[in-house]
Amino acid sequence: MTTNNPQAPVAAPKRRLSWNDPGVRAVVYQVVALALVAWAVWFLVSNTLNNLQVRNISTGFGFLDREAGFAIGETPVAYSPADTYGRAIWVGLLNTLRAAVLGIIFATILGTLIGVGRLSKNWLIAKVCSVYVEVMRNVPLLLQLFFWYALITENMPGPRQAYNPLPGVFISNRGLKVPGLEGSSMDWILGGLALAIVGTILVAHWGKKRQEATGQIFPLGRAALALFIGLPILGWLISGASLSLNMPELKGFNFSGGLTLSPEFAALLAGLVIYTAAFIAEVVRSGIQAVNHGQWEAAGSLGLRRSRVLRLVVLPQALRVIIPPMTSQYLNLTKNSSLAVAIGYPDIVSVVNTMMNQTGQAIEGILIIMAAYLTVSLSISIFMNWYNKRIALVER
Amino acid sequence: MSTTTPIPSEGLPPPKNQVGLWPPWKERLFSSPLSILATVLTAWVLIMAVPALIDWAFLQADFTSSTAQECRKAAGACWAFIAEKHRLILFGTYPYDEQWRPLIATIILIAVIVCSGLRRFWNARLALIWVVGLTAVAVLMWGGVFGLTYVENSLWGGLPLTLILSTFGIAFAFPLGVLLALGRRSKMPAIKALCVVYIELIRGVPLISLLFMSSVMLPLFLPVGFSIDKLLRAQIAIIMFAAAYIAETVRGGLQAIPKGQYEGADSLGLNYWQQMRKIILPQALRIVIPPLVSIFIALFKDTSLVVIIGIFDLTLAAKAALSDAAWRGFGIEAYVFISLIYFVFCFSMSKYSQRLETRLAAGQKR
Repeated sequence: MTTNNPQAPVAAPKRRLSWNDPGVRAVVYQVVALALVAWAVWFLVSNTLNNLQVRNISTGFGFLDREAGFAIGETPVAYSPADTYGRAIWVGLLNTLRAAVLGIIFATILGTLIGVGRLSKNWLIAKVCSVYVEVMRNVPLLLQLFFWYALITENMPGPRQAYNPLPGVFISNRGLKVPGLEGSSMDWILGGLALAIVGTILVAHWGKKRQEATGQIFPLGRAALALFIGLPILGWLISGASLSLNMPELKGFNFSGGLTLSPEFAALLAGLVIYTAAFIAEVVRSGIQAVNHGQWEAAGSLGLRRSRVLRLVVLPQALRVIIPPMTSQYLNLTKNSSLAVAIGYPDIVSVVNTMMNQTGQAIEGILIIMAAYLTVSLSISIFMNWYNKRIALVER
Repeated sequence: MSTTTPIPSEGLPPPKNQVGLWPPWKERLFSSPLSILATVLTAWVLIMAVPALIDWAFLQADFTSSTAQECRKAAGACWAFIAEKHRLILFGTYPYDEQWRPLIATIILIAVIVCSGLRRFWNARLALIWVVGLTAVAVLMWGGVFGLTYVENSLWGGLPLTLILSTFGIAFAFPLGVLLALGRRSKMPAIKALCVVYIELIRGVPLISLLFMSSVMLPLFLPVGFSIDKLLRAQIAIIMFAAAYIAETVRGGLQAIPKGQYEGADSLGLNYWQQMRKIILPQALRIVIPPLVSIFIALFKDTSLVVIIGIFDLTLAAKAALSDAAWRGFGIEAYVFISLIYFVFCFSMSKYSQRLETRLAAGQKR
């Protein structure tokens, strides 16, 4: 404390450099902390450069343009060993995204069903669902992946004795085979689907406006269904209805034709979906339980049907509780897809790992992996935060 | 409510659907057409699956054969494989005659975890228990003193290694995480920024990438001629990873403390560290005990990822047992066995955490 003289004219208290001034202390602490971090970074970087020189490893991302020279089992885009490392990593990233996106969709569906099932009045359903949740979330994901992979590759019959539950569907230790569609009208059908999505959004907007203006409810569900069925069929008809089924058939020792779900991808997807669904089920359950029971009763007494109560009253409130933990489950699933490397699915980690072994560019490899996951994680969390803000409670 | 209907002296009978043995069950299983359909479908699936499973796991299983050929003949599971390989799966490549040491270490680690769960130890004694317990484990595992032969840590493996990675992980990550949480709530912008960057960076990348980093990048970071062994590097990665998650949980607890507590502590003239130690942290940490248990469970499961950089934990030990050419093809049995071990640990901890949550909330409920 500086001395205060009551007679003296009021002047700004002199600021002295004193250890007792919290401001001064804060500045000193921060300078010290920054200096320590800077020193640590400098120490690590100089060591690294030194080590790289000793081991004769060049730095930089120039190697991305060199020929990769290794094959990748699953390629969503065209790729051959003659392509560059950059292309190989791109293929790996697409494989990761494929697993993550499909995983998120299926885990959400399964998890929601199980979460609602745990709250069911039906004793048997509720018990089965809670046993599922307790078992699945208490066993490490990696172990589950190994389990599914062993189940598919060791305990499934070979292609010649493959299970054939439906015509054209084969389950064997080479994975799952299903019939594919091919023909020139595929583009038209996909175009019709895209149009249907845009159309549904527009109709939803218009319907909401009209409801606000006139109070009439627009049957959005039926309209959307009509669009989603009608437009692709229209596209199919316009294109001249050329579409054929590509059935998988046994040729020699393996199948040809059709769409393949490889054992690695099937095991990864099964593991990710089954594991994450257990966590999503808990999120959904706690979200629904967080909505006061009075809300159900009040909405019912307004004369709303039960389905409409759920959609218009309970779900919007439950979603507010559900979205933040759901976001972190989606992020976990995306990050967990990196475990693919353990069962040989060529995701980005496994491709970069191969690359690191071939070129010795460890630092660049790790940086690529981290940058890829950070980008994906940040995009998901930005999207979910935007969605969360949209449905958040608007307070006065 | 001023008027009440007079209750008849003999009382009303309970509702019809509550009386007897059958009606409540009828209500629980067959209350509506949809419910009937669901019950029948589920029951059908269970009747198809459960007896087959019991048949596979117990009735048709082979517990005693000494060779894989005999075992393959059995229609069910081959538990003889587990009987044959249990020492390898549980203790890894630890010298066979010395395996009582990892056994005792495992028991000590479990005892330390159990003690941490008992409320009577929630005081300064707990820190002492952890220090003594972990030191004893280190001495037992390494040896080299008290007449114990020295065992290199590249030979450690199995269940004790899984427990060591998770308990040592939490023991070091916890203080680090608390400091990071305090740093993130700090008013000093530089320190806050450092903590935010660290936490978000670590939480944004998968544990695997950190483990890869520890196994391929850490050796490059260190001065020439200086090296850390693989296990310690993985342990450092796990600590760094867990600290970021603990920091976010603890931050939640810190945010839940009303401002009046900070102001009250200020007005007592306590300095920052006294405030934190005596007023804020005891309350904040109490709130976050259940989520901290969840983090420990997650960490316990995540230690299985060290498989990918070739450390001999429970999962890799099982894979090693599977790679024996004489006993090929019993993957399902091995994975079911170690899944059971993981399940017993994780399930009991999560049940404990749920019970604790209701107990701790009891004081808050009105």
